[in-house]
Amino acid sequence: MSETTVTEIGTSTRTVEFDSHSINFGPQHPAAHGVLRLILELDGEIVERADPHIGLLHRGTEKLIEYKTYMQAVPYFDRLDYVSPMCEEHAFALAVEKLLGITAPDRAQWIRVLFAEITRILNHLLNLTTYALDVGAITPSLWGFEEREKLMEFHEAASGARLHANYFRPGGVAKDLPAGLTDKIAAWAETFPNFIDDLEGLLTNNRIWKQRTVDIGTFTAEQALAWGFSGPPLRASGVPWDLRRAQPYDKYAEVDFEIPCGRNGDCYDRYLMRIYEMRESLKIIKQSLAKMKPGPVKVQDRKFTPPSRGEMKRSMEALIHHFKLYTEGYHVPAGATYTAVESPKGEFGVYLVADGTNKPYRCKIRATGFAFLQATDVLTKRHMLADVCAIIGSLDVVFGEIDR
Amino acid sequence: MAEETAAAEQVPPSALELLGQAIASVSGITGYRIESNELVADAARDSLLDVMTALRDDPRFSFEQVMDICGVDWPDRVERFDVVYNLLSVSLNQRVRVIVTTDAVTPVPSVHTVWPVATWWEREAWDLFGIIFSGQPDLRRILTDYGFEGHPLRKDFPMTGYVEVRFDEDRKQVIYEPVKLTQDFRSFDFLSPWEAMTTLPGDEKVFTERAEQAKG
Repeated sequence: MSETTVTEIGTSTRTVEFDSHSINFGPQHPAAHGVLRLILELDGEIVERADPHIGLLHRGTEKLIEYKTYMQAVPYFDRLDYVSPMCEEHAFALAVEKLLGITAPDRAQWIRVLFAEITRILNHLLNLTTYALDVGAITPSLWGFEEREKLMEFHEAASGARLHANYFRPGGVAKDLPAGLTDKIAAWAETFPNFIDDLEGLLTNNRIWKQRTVDIGTFTAEQALAWGFSGPPLRASGVPWDLRRAQPYDKYAEVDFEIPCGRNGDCYDRYLMRIYEMRESLKIIKQSLAKMKPGPVKVQDRKFTPPSRGEMKRSMEALIHHFKLYTEGYHVPAGATYTAVESPKGEFGVYLVADGTNKPYRCKIRATGFAFLQATDVLTKRHMLADVCAIIGSLDVVFGEIDR
Repeated sequence: MAEETAAAEQVPPSALELLGQAIASVSGITGYRIESNELVADAARDSLLDVMTALRDDPRFSFEQVMDICGVDWPDRVERFDVVYNLLSVSLNQRVRVIVTTDAVTPVPSVHTVWPVATWWEREAWDLFGIIFSGQPDLRRILTDYGFEGHPLRKDFPMTGYVEVRFDEDRKQVIYEPVKLTQDFRSFDFLSPWEAMTTLPGDEKVFTERAEQAKG
């Protein structure tokens, strides 16, 4: 489509011609990381405007949660960001615990920290490798998915499910870790640094990779703050902000780790942040394995957490508690909280309003990628069409959480 | 118990309390409270833009980021909607929640000039609740389908919706039909009269212990 505009300046007539195309990027584009319909206005091969249309995966999660008990609401969180399920549950569990005024026991908190970090690595492995795939490198994804498989086995051993774990519950975790799992995780944590080295060998100094990502989609710290960035993209822009350090939850105050921080705020720095974060996560995993002690894994108040099977066979009271918890659930006192965790993608928050009944009155989910995706228009402006893939890949968007 | 409250009065106000007092001094803030250790401030709708600019630019607050904007529907109230702004300051490590109220026809000033990220959240609040934002140039629907009618997160919008979508093999296109349920949506009422007596005689100790545990 070509347009011709005739502008009259004084007496002389000037004719300005510009050639603009609109194209649909997606909703079925493999580099859109899901169902993103991105309408791009192009001037030749240069992007003038990007208008993301989201909501193709909208399932009305927030509405559904209003009709479910607090316990039934937990699995919806797995299905938001299906790449880092346990971290999403973490925010909801903490929000409900805050309103109930209960604290999970020590072991449960350590297990949550352990699995939140395993989930972080799981997420970064998927993001980095598919991001590399988007700009043309196939090998990282083949290697990375093998490594992800090992981590999913840990997920499966702990929760019974590879992806939709439903493991972090308000009041603790669903069940204790099976015997021998911590040894397996410890053994894996010894081998994983080699994998990161291999992955870095493929990408970090790769000439093509750097040509595709360095100085692409640059954001200054001010821009990143104004556009609501958090997590690795914010740190890549030079803001050393991490909720695990600034507003620690569970046992994050007791572990020692560093927060990598970039300088240029481009796609390459966002990649580097995630590589460094994986190494830091490994440190946290090792520390939580060392500091974890045997003990209860959920609040020992039967009004909030179900009794064990064995107890139910002997105690009438336990049976009643079990029945009441799984039909009616617990009533949460009226109040509201905004609780946020540092999910692998950035700040993931839950704004929970309780009205004293057994169901949430309102549960707003602050999806991390929602803010990232909105900035694509600014990030892609005057970039080549091919850079759009690199920018979207570097932002780590997942449509399960953006569309909710 | 009386001694405890006396002791609490002597303790200097917490940092959160001080921040609340400082925020309350901004003109346009009508009140503040601390809810489960989080600061909540109520703002007047008309002066919202000034309040938000002050909260962002004043060095005592420097809330550089708005992390979330959302609506909450309270159909029984005169002004049925809450618009909730969750602000975060990364330089001072503090958060505040600013709440304004509105109804279905009165617009709320848009804060997209203060934080550009607000646009999509305002679009979302418009889409899901029908809250209008004045000064927002891009108030399109965002999450629901193209051509969707109604505002699904309002409490009077049924969970099952009004229309369902399927692909029609004869017409070779996606068509909309009124929603047909083979079984009515079941919603159980758990507020039974048996729950009226929440603390049974002799059980008081459990509750005081739990409250103490939560404190300590």
